[in-house]
Amino acid sequence: MSIVLNKLKSWEGFLSLILISVILVNSLNSESFLSIDNQVNLFELSIEKIIVALIMVFIILNAEIDLSVASMMGLSACTLGLLVESGIPMIPALGLCLVIGAMGGAFNGYWITVFKLPSLVVTLAMLIGFRGLARVLVEDRSIRVFPSWFESLGQQPILGPIPLSIIIFLGLLILALIILQFTGFGRYVYIIGINQNVALYSGINVSRVKLILFTASGFISALAGILFAARLGAVRGDMGLSFELDIITMVLLGGVSIFGGSGSIYGVILSILIVLYLRNGMSLSNITGHVQTGVIGVLLILSVLIPNLKKMIQDFWNQRLK
Amino acid sequence: MNDLLRKLRPERLRELVLLLLILVVLIFFSTVIEYYLNARLFNRVSTSVAIMGVLAIGQTLVILTRNIDLSVGSMVGFTAYFVGQHLSQNNEITPLVAIFMAIGIGALMGSFNGFLVAFCRIPAIIVTLGTMALYRTLLVEYSDAQTVLTVNLPKWLLDLPRVNVLSYERLNLRLMVAGMFVVVILFQLILRNTSFGRKLYAVGSNPEAAKNSGFPNQKIIFTAFVLCGALAGLTGFMFLARFGNITVVAGSGLELKSVAAAVVGGVNIFGGSGSIFGAVLGAIMIDLLENSLIRWLQISEFWRDAMLGMLILTSVATDSVIMKHFRNYRLKKTSHTNS
Repeated sequence: MSIVLNKLKSWEGFLSLILISVILVNSLNSESFLSIDNQVNLFELSIEKIIVALIMVFIILNAEIDLSVASMMGLSACTLGLLVESGIPMIPALGLCLVIGAMGGAFNGYWITVFKLPSLVVTLAMLIGFRGLARVLVEDRSIRVFPSWFESLGQQPILGPIPLSIIIFLGLLILALIILQFTGFGRYVYIIGINQNVALYSGINVSRVKLILFTASGFISALAGILFAARLGAVRGDMGLSFELDIITMVLLGGVSIFGGSGSIYGVILSILIVLYLRNGMSLSNITGHVQTGVIGVLLILSVLIPNLKKMIQDFWNQRLK
Repeated sequence: MNDLLRKLRPERLRELVLLLLILVVLIFFSTVIEYYLNARLFNRVSTSVAIMGVLAIGQTLVILTRNIDLSVGSMVGFTAYFVGQHLSQNNEITPLVAIFMAIGIGALMGSFNGFLVAFCRIPAIIVTLGTMALYRTLLVEYSDAQTVLTVNLPKWLLDLPRVNVLSYERLNLRLMVAGMFVVVILFQLILRNTSFGRKLYAVGSNPEAAKNSGFPNQKIIFTAFVLCGALAGLTGFMFLARFGNITVVAGSGLELKSVAAAVVGGVNIFGGSGSIFGAVLGAIMIDLLENSLIRWLQISEFWRDAMLGMLILTSVATDSVIMKHFRNYRLKKTSHTNS
């Protein structure tokens, strides 16, 4: 019993309680909420964001941030559209997009590790820069040239009711869990986040870890961009605009500290579910998208405010008792 | 030589280099664009800098304390809409009341940010990411999907962007631009010559040391956020005067541009160094590039953002690499003569 209580006191426990209450309210509000169709649909609608959230966990654990992910999604989708339009076959075009994604991420990592620039500034610059390149590529057109098999891959279920994008997400989720929990690399990510100097003096190649993470971030963002293009069947320059905020919100709400070094994938899974279910529930009760964003903003602030307040009250009482 | 070095603080040098770069950009574009250097360019760029500049000043105050305010775009949008709607319903409101209304609302929103950051100890990036969404939602709910239209606004407001303080031939110094200069000078004086200004730098460059020296860190950070909100409110008023039609997405994207202006202007993102002049020069540089690239026909205007991104990167990289060397060199030279 005390184990259960302790679990409940932790951040994951707190999130589980919120999640359960969201599910309860939603399923009471709408009968269709728990149906398989709705569940698959709500995942599918945000699949690009939650895929990128997985790599963002690593980046923020490392005490860095990557604001350029959404712009990279747009850039890779636009590159794909342009390549296919100019007659290049689908498979090489897909490969090229992923390579561009990895190169863009490595470009970020280069400035961060070699010049020691803050990642906030570098990726802010590339948030504007990658988006600008996407706009250069397709200008203000909307390109709709994909072969039908590609579109149906993004839209039709392939395994029971589950589409390919969700399978990719689950695969990446397991991969992320294994890397973070059971490999040396995962330990490095945590240690660098807790204290970069200690990590450096313990012989960890900090620059290499960071470079790998940012390259991976670019790669995964490009992959998410391709999935996005497949789902929509068309590409535009403003695809995925300001997705980075939703992605970062999911990670921070999941209990990953913005200062790095603490947090877990489990918390992020719970927060992803909370955000998706909350948005879905609000959509089912006809609440507009702008209000949904506001509610999630409040949730983000509360997620840090509540533990802080708890600590302040505890400190206050401890002083009183003395 | 050493005398010169001693006078030339790295921050000053940074501003001089930026000024030089602005001149280079001007000369470059005047060779590739016909009729580029004329009064219209000055008038257009100066009006848009007036808006960005005021916002960048607010952002600078917050960044100096080692924080960041991502909600400024939403604050600009909300005040522009709120004041615009009140002015369209009641054309009798005097200009001064309207301006104070804008500043007051901005300060109120800024104080909410500041309260959460300074007293509840939530990281600024989390608070302002949240309030950025929250204030935008407030605007959407408040507006009820209506738009502020130019036709309903009082005449003095619509004439405001074209009021000149000084005119030389066709070169006009607009009232809004003059207003920005007043704000720039005011805040530059505050930062350099008041104890509040010096404390702002102290809190940003070493919070622990500032706290141990007995500075009220929390109050200083709170004040920085309130001032940033007030300036965002003023920007909202100028935004309303310039554009007239205000929709619910007004001002979105300004948060990143204001951070970019500050960073290009040499304000250190980790707090503690930078100046108001620098931030305004950064705003001028960005607006000049934007306005020029639109008119450069050889290159698609879509290159604008891509070049802006590279500009931010290179200016920060120069800061960290070249300025560090210069700082060490200066230290060595000047300390040598002392001993």
